[in-house]
Amino acid sequence: MLNSMIALLNTTLRMATPLILAALGGVFTERSGVINIALEGIMLISAFMAMAGSYLTGNPWLGVLTAIIFGILVSLIHAILSISLKADQIVSGTAINIFATGLTAFLLRVMFESAGQSPSVTDVGTWTIPIINDIPIIGDVLGEQIPFVYIALILVAISYWVLFKTPFGLRIRAVGEHPAAADSVGINVIKTRYIAVLISGFFAGLAGASISIGLLDVFVENMTSGRGFIALAAMIFGRWTPQGALLAALLFGFADALQMLAQSIGLDFIPRQFLLMLPYVLTILALTGVIGSSEPPAASGEPYEKE
Amino acid sequence: MSEEKNIAIKKEENRYYEMLANFIGPFISVIAGLLVGAIFMLSIGRSPLTAYAVLFNSAFGSLAGISETLVNTTPLIFTGLAVAFAFRTGLFNIGGDGQFLIGYISAAWVGYIIHVPMIIHVPFAILFGIITSGIWGGVAGLLKAKLGVHEVITTIMMNYISLYLVAYLAGGPLKGATFLPATKKIFDSAKLIKLMPNIRGSRLSIAFILALLTAYLIYYILWKTTIGYEIRAVGLNSEAARYSGIKAAKNMILAMFISGGLAGMAGITQVLGLQHRAYQPFGFIGYGFTGIAVALLGKNHPAGVVLGAFLFGILQRGSMQMQSIAGVPKELVQIIQAIIIFFVAAEYIFKYIAHKLKENKGGVTSVE
Amino acid sequence: MSNQNSLAVDMQGITKRFPGVLANDNVDFQLKRGEIHALLGENGAGKSTLMKCLYGLYQADEGDIFIYGDKVKINTPNVAINKGIGMVHQHFMLVQPFTVAENIVLGSEPTKNNMIDMKKAIQDVEKLSEQYGLNVDPRAKIHEISVGMQQRVEILKTLYRGADILILDEPTAVLTPQEVHELIEIMESLTNEGKSIIFITHKLKEVKSIADRVTVIRRGKSIDVVDTADATTNELANMMVGREVILEVEKSAAEPGEVILEVENVHADNDRNLPALNGTSFQVKRGEIFGIAGVDGNGQSELAEVMTGLRKLKSGKIMINGKNITNYSTRDIIESGVSHIPEDRQKRGLVLDFSLFENMILGSHYKPPYASGVNMNYSSIKKESKRLIKEFDIRTPNEEVLAKSLSGGNQQKVILAREFNRNPELLIAAQPTRGVDVGAIEFIHKRLVEQRDAGKAVLLISLELDEILSLSDRIAVIYEGKIVDILDIKDATEEKLGLMMAGAESETVVEGGE
Repeated sequence: MLNSMIALLNTTLRMATPLILAALGGVFTERSGVINIALEGIMLISAFMAMAGSYLTGNPWLGVLTAIIFGILVSLIHAILSISLKADQIVSGTAINIFATGLTAFLLRVMFESAGQSPSVTDVGTWTIPIINDIPIIGDVLGEQIPFVYIALILVAISYWVLFKTPFGLRIRAVGEHPAAADSVGINVIKTRYIAVLISGFFAGLAGASISIGLLDVFVENMTSGRGFIALAAMIFGRWTPQGALLAALLFGFADALQMLAQSIGLDFIPRQFLLMLPYVLTILALTGVIGSSEPPAASGEPYEKE
Repeated sequence: MSEEKNIAIKKEENRYYEMLANFIGPFISVIAGLLVGAIFMLSIGRSPLTAYAVLFNSAFGSLAGISETLVNTTPLIFTGLAVAFAFRTGLFNIGGDGQFLIGYISAAWVGYIIHVPMIIHVPFAILFGIITSGIWGGVAGLLKAKLGVHEVITTIMMNYISLYLVAYLAGGPLKGATFLPATKKIFDSAKLIKLMPNIRGSRLSIAFILALLTAYLIYYILWKTTIGYEIRAVGLNSEAARYSGIKAAKNMILAMFISGGLAGMAGITQVLGLQHRAYQPFGFIGYGFTGIAVALLGKNHPAGVVLGAFLFGILQRGSMQMQSIAGVPKELVQIIQAIIIFFVAAEYIFKYIAHKLKENKGGVTSVE
Repeated sequence: MSNQNSLAVDMQGITKRFPGVLANDNVDFQLKRGEIHALLGENGAGKSTLMKCLYGLYQADEGDIFIYGDKVKINTPNVAINKGIGMVHQHFMLVQPFTVAENIVLGSEPTKNNMIDMKKAIQDVEKLSEQYGLNVDPRAKIHEISVGMQQRVEILKTLYRGADILILDEPTAVLTPQEVHELIEIMESLTNEGKSIIFITHKLKEVKSIADRVTVIRRGKSIDVVDTADATTNELANMMVGREVILEVEKSAAEPGEVILEVENVHADNDRNLPALNGTSFQVKRGEIFGIAGVDGNGQSELAEVMTGLRKLKSGKIMINGKNITNYSTRDIIESGVSHIPEDRQKRGLVLDFSLFENMILGSHYKPPYASGVNMNYSSIKKESKRLIKEFDIRTPNEEVLAKSLSGGNQQKVILAREFNRNPELLIAAQPTRGVDVGAIEFIHKRLVEQRDAGKAVLLISLELDEILSLSDRIAVIYEGKIVDILDIKDATEEKLGLMMAGAESETVVEGGE
């Protein structure tokens, strides 16, 4: 019983990691007033690039770097379209998502002449945290994990600090709530939004890498399978804060872990699809105010038109 | 004082430039998409000319090819109309894929659960599918109208809920007795009539005709009826509509119901016309998302939607042959689609150019 | 040249063109150090454009700007801020969920170890607030404080950035009379400390009571600069409009008939679920114009909305012609004979992207002859539209033009045409002349009086006291969602109404006067 509990928590943390990372990205862009439903597509491209980087260099960390670079590049497309060209942010995001599916499958075929899956590559392995690892139970859950777990947890703290303690964070939030007000005190709205969207690309890039060469060691076609949208859900459920997104991602990760381990912990009487749809159902309930209330930043989704 | 009138005339002229941009925009976007596609092909050492020749030849080279192109066009007309119709109420229905699946499973269920003459069976299966998928879409309209929840988020979430729900149904309670992860086969009485029974292998059914009729019906509703008048008023200015006694909430729910039903029609015709059973889905086919591209390209006008769907139908039909004959991965078509949306979405560029044009002609923009 | 240094701002020959429009035509503007200088003009005269050039939001095409004698080029607000210029916008530039202190320091935050030093920010704000007697709580969230307080936060924002030239854009529009009074005191204490203030307005009386000098702008040109002491209100009005203005509306005495509208003890909440109407009661008779005076935000908008079915009543009763229409739908209320000219024509009165003929039938679109069943009948719609365009002198090439192409005054005429054409029993006109030029104001006023004379009941809700006084036959003053008192026009004076608008009962007003 204890063992399966530990396994459950361990898996929860692992499965939550890509969600935490991508949700943090979501927090940054939405706080600045740019909706980014392209997180899914950016993650997918980054997952591929992480695999490709690791495959080509043999060094998984270069894979992570490649993923981050591509994450930022793709988010730059979203930034140009939705901020400078004032395209509809949903449309731009949708286009990136379609682009990502096409591009990754295309590259998979071109690079490996195979459909569906890449060969195995070197993954990032796991890290063992000395002292923590020796503590009973906690050590079993937290002591030895893929590096992304620790990176994600640290980034939650940093994100909170940046958004709520620094001038830059105050400006991002001002731009997302009332861009004209920010503009009137000399804050560059366009630049601030660009930076926020690029930050989201960084996070989505890491999130993508955490799937292909963290959780696994291959790239599988469409492997993000909606995680970008769950991350979006986690961000909403967590009321647009890093700490809230963390908790929501853990909850959704838990649902995921439950369906993965349902058999071993005797929960297989619940159809796994019901556990899989849980994050989405919870998010709708959160938005309808059944569970707490969730309100997005006021200027969310509106391109800024200078007078 | 007639100065005011002149300003109004000039502002109207500006509008014609914008309308011009509306026609040129999609055209340039398609060309840009094909060009970028060509660059991708060149980068992997394939000849774009050959590939595009194969693509268009497979789409138009034979009656069977044309038939298959239209088969691919049909669901896109429906999902394109779904997106366009919701747009007219100011709503973004990004949940076409979910509504598709709900219509898909509903029609399959009615298709095998009852046994009645075709004249009843087909309309009933269609109607039932429209109602369930309409309700599925209507929920997003309801949440938006009553609680102000953004329909984009709701429809995204509803997509995944329907994916898992339909996967559960088709793999569980509604699963047929065979080894297939799918429902039972529907009765012949529920199948749509084939349009080209003489062409061997032609899968084209009256679904295509239904799609065209639906496009006309949507056009008629939007511009010839009070329903359409109200929907458009709500879409353009819901406050003004409310102040004049139009119930914005009712119209949003109605529009999302109709939109959901339209996307559902894509799934319904897929089951009744092509697959004859509902398979357990493992992901989205993407008709809903492609529908967004179709609606954008067609400027949310039913006639534009039909043209846009036809274009993407050609691309999808041609992509398989392009892969096997010209050696270009079929996923290139998705890349082309995405590029086309990028350009249509960035119509600001075209508006900007139009703006520059009229500035040179001494037009008027608003001040203060 | 010798007095150059006594000038805080000197704008010379400013010309600003927009495609097809000359917004500022060779305008000169001089602000003396330590003065309060009004910039007076109609809507669209070009006064905001001029100030946006000064604040770096626009760049002038021609002309020079001198600040304290130095020639400067101001191409962004940042440059303006560095030059000591601050602007208080008409629509406040405040981030609602932020605190007062956060709003004030935004963009120039004090830091310690890369973090915002919130303690210092709060201290700084407290100090400044004390220095100018502003009495602002730095820790309060913006949405918790009154509009008057929010304006002070805006002023503090400029002071925090070291501004000594302040531009106030229509600052009194949103204030109660007391708040206006307090604002004047604040402005005086600012000038005493050596600040110079530009004050944009279109209200003649404020110019007289607040400013030392006034520059009048008309159609992009500077018309004159005068000491306010030397000009009468009428002279200023003529300068502003460019012709003799009849400030009075010609009308005969009312001949009121039976009661059409009865509002009885109505209670309703506003959008934030706070009580907005607290037992409002009054009656409007056939053949009279019943004016509702009050400072913005005292329940006027909510009142119009409960009467038109746009807002639910918590309790109370509304009757039209003896029929109880409480909580009827908007459509049913329209059917019961109510027409409504809403207060914000672009947001609520028109669908700007609809053509004129589509706008002309909004709200009657489902009825013959415009529709039969669900089918629209566009040929009769267009015919009717053509007739109305002629009748209401709407300046447009044709009825197919989009509503957004028309000028503000003509847009308002479209709404008038539509609402009068319903042939209502009761006409509710909320802010019917806001933001339109004097010509259109005269036209609209004349038409409202015609409606009265045709035996309609007219309910006029306006923030412009002058408009209320010149049009109404009876006047009710609304304060915090309650009717303070109802006066006959012959008993109503501006002073009396002003005091009542601040909540004083009419008896106390009388006592105070004696």
